[in-house]
Amino acid sequence: MTTQSLSGNNQFQKFKNLEFILGALLLGSISLAVLFSSWLFPDGGTQINLAMRLTAPMTELAYPLGTDPLGRDILARVIIGSEISLKVGIYSSLGAVAVGIIMGLISGYYGGFIDALVMRFADVQLALPFILLAITFIAVIGGGLTNMIILLVISQWVQYARLVRGSVLALKDREFILSAKAIGVKDIRILFQHLLPNLIGPVIVLVTLNVANNILLESSLTFLGLGVDPTIPSWGGMLAEGRTYLQTAWWVSVFPGLAILLTVLGLNLLGDWLRDTLDPTGKTSV
Amino acid sequence: MARFLLYRIFQAFFVIIAVTLIVSFAIRLTGDPALMLSQGAGSVTEEDLANIREALGLNQPFLAQYMDFLKGLLVGDLGKSFMGGISVTELVARALPATLALAFTSLIVSIVISIPLGIKAATSRGRWPDQVIRILSLVGLSFPNFWLAIMLVLLFSITMSWLPPSGMEGFESFIMPAATMGIILTATNVRLVRTTMLETLNAQFVMVARAKGLSENVVLYKHALRNCSIPLITYFGLQFGGLLGGIVVIERVFNWPGLGTLAFDAVAARDYPVLQGVITVLSLLIISINLIVDIAYGLVDPRMRKG
Repeated sequence: MTTQSLSGNNQFQKFKNLEFILGALLLGSISLAVLFSSWLFPDGGTQINLAMRLTAPMTELAYPLGTDPLGRDILARVIIGSEISLKVGIYSSLGAVAVGIIMGLISGYYGGFIDALVMRFADVQLALPFILLAITFIAVIGGGLTNMIILLVISQWVQYARLVRGSVLALKDREFILSAKAIGVKDIRILFQHLLPNLIGPVIVLVTLNVANNILLESSLTFLGLGVDPTIPSWGGMLAEGRTYLQTAWWVSVFPGLAILLTVLGLNLLGDWLRDTLDPTGKTSV
Repeated sequence: MARFLLYRIFQAFFVIIAVTLIVSFAIRLTGDPALMLSQGAGSVTEEDLANIREALGLNQPFLAQYMDFLKGLLVGDLGKSFMGGISVTELVARALPATLALAFTSLIVSIVISIPLGIKAATSRGRWPDQVIRILSLVGLSFPNFWLAIMLVLLFSITMSWLPPSGMEGFESFIMPAATMGIILTATNVRLVRTTMLETLNAQFVMVARAKGLSENVVLYKHALRNCSIPLITYFGLQFGGLLGGIVVIERVFNWPGLGTLAFDAVAARDYPVLQGVITVLSLLIISINLIVDIAYGLVDPRMRKG
């Protein structure tokens, strides 16, 4: 066993580096595209050109990835569409992690009512897939960016709370916490200055993977017509449009999906790399 | 054991109450179903609306309505559809087999692929086959399931004309939907098999089996795999919720006549009793499977009986 892992060590390190480079490359190019999108495409990818509708890719210089059924530039729309996905993915994960950390710290440190609440909420969350919850609520209260982010936060804070709670339970009887208590350090300081830094590694890994997952969920919901406003360029929305033209214009459905795949892959690669760096005991592994 | 059983059943019961309460509450937010029902019916008097409310029990407080729904649920009555007053139970019963059939085929596809790949990854830990499998699994995890479905349709129905693009007729129509969900599930399952297998391969009985001179395949697939089967079955069982959630989306792409399609048609028609029925049945299904898996695990492995 030991000899096996030793001989694999060097190769494993190379693999990890490759993972990091690939992930950083993917996310770096997406970030660049987002940063310069308004400068590259001042019309926001909404300019309609019916004369050029459903132009195939690589046939017109102005439309390298072709055009959609309304003659809009697919390259522009794919790049601008990244904004919605990244917004939903990042904001919802940050919201969930903020709520989750606070609830997890309280639940692990004090126990009691909050603890019971977190654990029961976790039970419900395990039984109800997000997509079903989202369909129900969005069918009723309507989609849109804000509603989607709120729903994602409500349904996901509990996984962070559980992770943090578990780490707090393992840490709170250790000497450094007991001695902090003994010299009269305030609870709030113990929670945020002594406990939090010691359990943040796995949380960061989970956030990375969570952003990836939420981008997938957002695109599914928008594809189903339950997400963001269809007039805003978004990957899920473009795919919903493209489905009708699958027979004649494959490119309308291929490029937005590819954009989702590459973005999420970049995040997953970085998350996997971070896991070995920040979470050696594997609390966040599947 | 009795305490564990009681605790788990109580927990499942609590979750059922919570889930049905959340869904009923969400459905209540829609406003007045009486108005929706009478839409397009020409001139509607206040009296007509009152009659509809009376007939649907809408003039009762929320909790009373919820209790009615629960009572109905106990005897298998999920209410009536807004469209033509068809029984929701009947609609759900008609769509459920299609969804379950797809779920089981997907699970089988994924098990068939992920067990050999996971074992290969475990036995070549840290070397290139392990890393290739890891990358593949990451790529699989990154696919939007509905887009994978669309790409399969593009490739095998439109370009090659091999497989039917939609509907559920015969064996061929199962291939693409089951492959889509199977591939997505495999991405996680491969890692589960790998992790479980790595733990088992360190066990002494594996060493003994090898020392006896058994062939490596017999050691891996007969001795080691059998000892992995309990945790693996548990993991696969617990994935059922996520699997059903994914299938709901995939059904849209393949026009699969299951619960997902029923739910989306209900959303489009604002037919909330049907939506409520579908979500309730799906959650009940997931809760019972989780319960069965947990109890079964508790029976075979006493260490799991702690709440």
